[in-house]
Amino acid sequence: MLKQIANIEINVNDEGYLTDFSQWNKDVAMEIAKEEGVELTDEHWKVIDYIQEQYRNEVPLSIRKVGKSGVVSIKDFYRLFPDGPLKKATKIAGVPKPVSCI
Amino acid sequence: MANHLRSKLDKNEWEMTIVDQEKTHYYQPGFLFLPFDIYKPSQVKKSIKKFIPKGVNLIRSKIDRIDADNNKVTLEGGDVLDYDLLIIATGAHIAPQEIEGMLGSGWHKDVFDFYTYKGSKALRDKLREWEGGKLVVHIAEMPIKCPVAPLEFAFLSDSYFKHKGMRDKVDITYVTPMSGAFTKPKASNALQYLLDEKGINIVGDFNIEKVDNEAKKIVDYGGKEVEYDLLVTVPTNMGSEVIERSGLGDDLNFIPTNKGSLQSKAHENIFVIGDASNLPASKAGSVAHFEAEILEENILRYIKGEPLKEKFDGHANCFIETGNGKALLIDFNYTHEPVEGTFPLPGVGPLRLLQESRMNHMGKLAFRWIYWNMLLKGISIPFVSATMSEAGKHFEEVES
Repeated sequence: MLKQIANIEINVNDEGYLTDFSQWNKDVAMEIAKEEGVELTDEHWKVIDYIQEQYRNEVPLSIRKVGKSGVVSIKDFYRLFPDGPLKKATKIAGVPKPVSCI
Repeated sequence: MANHLRSKLDKNEWEMTIVDQEKTHYYQPGFLFLPFDIYKPSQVKKSIKKFIPKGVNLIRSKIDRIDADNNKVTLEGGDVLDYDLLIIATGAHIAPQEIEGMLGSGWHKDVFDFYTYKGSKALRDKLREWEGGKLVVHIAEMPIKCPVAPLEFAFLSDSYFKHKGMRDKVDITYVTPMSGAFTKPKASNALQYLLDEKGINIVGDFNIEKVDNEAKKIVDYGGKEVEYDLLVTVPTNMGSEVIERSGLGDDLNFIPTNKGSLQSKAHENIFVIGDASNLPASKAGSVAHFEAEILEENILRYIKGEPLKEKFDGHANCFIETGNGKALLIDFNYTHEPVEGTFPLPGVGPLRLLQESRMNHMGKLAFRWIYWNMLLKGISIPFVSATMSEAGKHFEEVES
């Protein structure tokens, strides 16, 4: 379905995740972050960059993997994106949330 | 692959050698049934020798390292094998040491894995005498082999304790790092009722930090806690240590591999099959089987100097036990989530996709025979193609 984000029509799924990564830009990220109650700082952007790089390389994401990446510790990942860090960070980064096969 | 390739390659030009550290080949899907006394140990293991085709050498040894720049494999004893072409099939294994406390005082006493023969058998003995309490079925992190196995374990536990007349004494909780037991829309809609019907509690978004053996609880990084009397966990899965020693893997020791051609990204004369790769496909036996057909074609092309085909689509086909003699069947690939329909013959079946049936359960049990007698020998299953067929499936739209 289509959703108006940062003044453009963006394709999202039922849960508000972008379904077309090419539509992502920093304004879109900031608006989604606002909806999630997160204000983006340099620390956040570093994590978002890392997540997008993993997505482009088709590497599956996990919290522990993010923690071992050297980009952010797991405790800080929770501080930056409270409650569900991976769910929130992937949504803001414009990539799908991690899923299983069913 | 040896069975696929031996008849295709000239014996005067190509010598084939398999190096395997094990004497025994295990039917890993059987580890799900062993704890519930559905399979006996003898049904899940056979001697490897039986499956080696004529004209192929078998060396039983551990591998010290692969020197990919110089095309050499060094065995544990120091012997060196030179190769022109290498197929890596070193699989994935559990790594409970990755989680703090998992290998603590409770390991194989009240904390069990069922992804190893030893763990599965130890869990069988525990379940036989267990008097009930809080059963927690847990996934540490993705990716894991056979991602549906823990869910099947929860379903089969429900049946098992019902048959024992003690279901009211057991509380079953499924704990996952994903958002829930089901993460794809079609599967969630079609299968949510199973969890309700069986009274299985779900704790999602749980990223385990440690196992507290004293207090018998698992703790996540966000501070959430889940108490257990019996913890059945799927620890972190990793590729083989030989991949790490050889510098060929990512941080989980999986080998970066072209997802369409199955060629290693770093070395053109190395191909990867099964769980050893970092492909974004399921780590499932059916995937390795479908890969084999495409790999055979690509290896023959590589030898002739022809361009490889990026044909593998991530096709997987899995039975999911739901307990009480029923099962589901799912068929999917990189781009298509599992949907309802018929399989393998469009409109006919006899198997139904994403729906519970007794026929699917019989299919799952029959699969053990197919595995030992067809798959290991490189024989294709009739009507089931290596790439996924869209016929007979209820897609609303083709996803990108």
